[in-house]
Amino acid sequence: MKAKHQRLVLALFAVAGIAGAGVLGASALRDEAAYFRTPVEIKGGKAVVGEPMRLGGMVASGSIARQSDGLTIRFVATDGKASVPVEYTGIVPDLFGEESGMVADGRMRADGTFVADRILAKHDERYMPPQMGDMPKNMKAPKA
Amino acid sequence: MIAELGLALLWIAAALACLSLVAGALYLRGGQKDLAALVRPASVAQGVLTATAFGLLIALFVRSDMSVELVARNSNSLKPMIFKIAGTWGNHEGSMLLWLTILTLSGALIALFEKRLREDTLIATLSAQAALGLGFFAFLIFSSNPFNRLPVAPPDGQGLNPLLQDIGLAFHPPTLYVGYVGLSVAFSFAVGALITREIGPAFARAMRPWVLFSWIFLTIGITAGSYWAYYELGWGGWWFWDPVENVSLIPWLAGAALLHSVAVTATRNALRAWTVMLAVIGFSMSMVGTFIVRSGLLTSVHSFAVDPERGTFLLVLMAIYIGGALTLFALRAGSVAEGKKFALLSREGALVINNLLLTTILALVLLGTLYPIVAEAMGEKISVGPPYYNRVAGPLALILCLVMVAGPLLGWRKDDGKKLWSRLPLAIFAGAAVLFALILFGGKVGILPLLGMTVAGVVAVASLAPLWGRNLRRTPLPTWGMVVAHFGVAVCLAGMGAESAFIKERLVAAAPGDVIKVGDFAVKFVGVKPVAGPNFTSIEGTLVATTSGGQSFTMRPEARTFPGLMGTAPTETNEAALLTRPGGQLYAVLGQPVTSDDGIADRYQIRLWWKPLVWWIWLGGGLIALGATLSMLGRAQLLAIWRARRHRKSQERFAP
Repeated sequence: MKAKHQRLVLALFAVAGIAGAGVLGASALRDEAAYFRTPVEIKGGKAVVGEPMRLGGMVASGSIARQSDGLTIRFVATDGKASVPVEYTGIVPDLFGEESGMVADGRMRADGTFVADRILAKHDERYMPPQMGDMPKNMKAPKA
Repeated sequence: MIAELGLALLWIAAALACLSLVAGALYLRGGQKDLAALVRPASVAQGVLTATAFGLLIALFVRSDMSVELVARNSNSLKPMIFKIAGTWGNHEGSMLLWLTILTLSGALIALFEKRLREDTLIATLSAQAALGLGFFAFLIFSSNPFNRLPVAPPDGQGLNPLLQDIGLAFHPPTLYVGYVGLSVAFSFAVGALITREIGPAFARAMRPWVLFSWIFLTIGITAGSYWAYYELGWGGWWFWDPVENVSLIPWLAGAALLHSVAVTATRNALRAWTVMLAVIGFSMSMVGTFIVRSGLLTSVHSFAVDPERGTFLLVLMAIYIGGALTLFALRAGSVAEGKKFALLSREGALVINNLLLTTILALVLLGTLYPIVAEAMGEKISVGPPYYNRVAGPLALILCLVMVAGPLLGWRKDDGKKLWSRLPLAIFAGAAVLFALILFGGKVGILPLLGMTVAGVVAVASLAPLWGRNLRRTPLPTWGMVVAHFGVAVCLAGMGAESAFIKERLVAAAPGDVIKVGDFAVKFVGVKPVAGPNFTSIEGTLVATTSGGQSFTMRPEARTFPGLMGTAPTETNEAALLTRPGGQLYAVLGQPVTSDDGIADRYQIRLWWKPLVWWIWLGGGLIALGATLSMLGRAQLLAIWRARRHRKSQERFAP
């Protein structure tokens, strides 16, 4: 094999690699990327039951209800136009509270409740998802 | 006075960068030799001046000079001294000055110590480094001046994020920055070599120790950052595929690819254009990372609320540097002489596959990191999380590890595979033993952790194979480095696999006296008590963990409250408690008090994890860094030079 041929083979390898990576990346993105949804979008029928997604909204005042196991909480997430009930089992972040913003990773259950695997609070010093920046700071949470 | 002096030094250093660039360019276009003589001292002076300016900024923080805006915003006279010093780089302006200090010091080090490059290539390299410096000097002076004075000095400063009051975090950014910015040296070497068309083994050998140097720091920085996130966030995870983590991983991947391809160029004079390309990509990825973090495209503890003007400035700088380097590459790539050829079954062949896989992983991580930004521009809000990255990076990384088994056992140029086939059976046996043990005793294990631990077994044995049958004392340092680093990959992989396969988690609302079972431990919740820290108050829980063997250990997780300073809201943080055992770590987090139906808060939320072999992940990272260090010491030929010098001296002594 001549050096020139070798170069060609290497270049073909690289092209095949790039193409493979593109296919792999695109298919994984289609399957695994989670949509960021607001309550009004969920009410509008944009959420598929069981599909992983990220929900953003305000915690409606007076809506946080602790369950008797001491670990599970239920509350209502709202964006002022619509609201979605949320259920979460675990330790909530330090700055989580009523009338403040939150983002939850999880999925919709068939009964219309959002089951969260993880909750992030707005103004959390440690982490704030990029989508939080778009929420107006003075967004008022209506009574649930 | 100090602040004004600091700013003046920055201006002088910027002027010197300008001088280096102009003198170097004139010399390279056929100018006088004495123009070239200017570049070296100017590069050293830039480094010294910028480092002095950074020292002055530290002095301002130490003295708590609140008339300086940066100090007033980010420091407080009540803070412990070590965090006052660390506060210097715990903010945008200070960290950019640190960035520039490392950039110019790298230039100074090249000017002082690089002897292997041809003179004109060295001047071109230093000019390229000065060109990089010039842009970032402009960014610092015009849009992020750290020495800005306030018209009226406030009585005290606004403090520092309590979460940043952590000794690990104080030294995490500088480590990572040395790695990030150290890659600029490889970038400038590549640009210099493209300008003078000196791309060959000599250039690759000169570049190699510099690449290793920055890669060591990136490895340490990422490993330490992972451990910090692990114990500080209280989520129990060691890698979140957070964009900020990704932008440190991407240059690391580029560096890993580069230090393997530079080996091919240095030893066999092949893959020349590719090595130069990777050198350009490495620092480009550092700049992309800096841009993503600093422009406020992402919001997290790492990006200190920056304004869009700075983002645009950085974007323009980045476009000039990356675009310029790539244009130069396109113009010169055709004239890069063809390298030596090799068979597919050879060391070079394995390294080509290594590079292909590493760059593919790099591209996929970059895609996942940038995709949400692109999607948002098109009106869809999307988050890309661990499921994506695990699916694309996991399998590729495992294949990469298998190539790593074969590569070191193959000879350069052409190999019949004899050595490989003779040494492989033991490694395969080790992997098979791990696999059978996991299937027989492991219970239900996911496919990725299962394969991960199996491959780790194969790699652990195979990585030691290059040492078999060798005189260990005479084995060259770089070979030791390779063996240690590859063994570190196996240790790290085993830790990741075991942690994700056998993690045990308990979440309970416990009353004092309750016993919680997790893994092999019986953990008794003794109770809570209030504790006062130097600048916070805290609720401290006491847990007594007893092993099945009867040994007891006390753990004290805390929930801390930092009072708000100057009208800001108080901040709460969780301090997890960790118990390290030979077989793994027990991790405890104290949550909120739980109010019972009768209104009495007698229970507390407690979250416990038993994480088998989790500390192997960071041990592996440390071994990889150690291996790279051994390799660098061998490649920089410091030992060889020292020995030669001693030898010469002893000869002189006995000379008649």
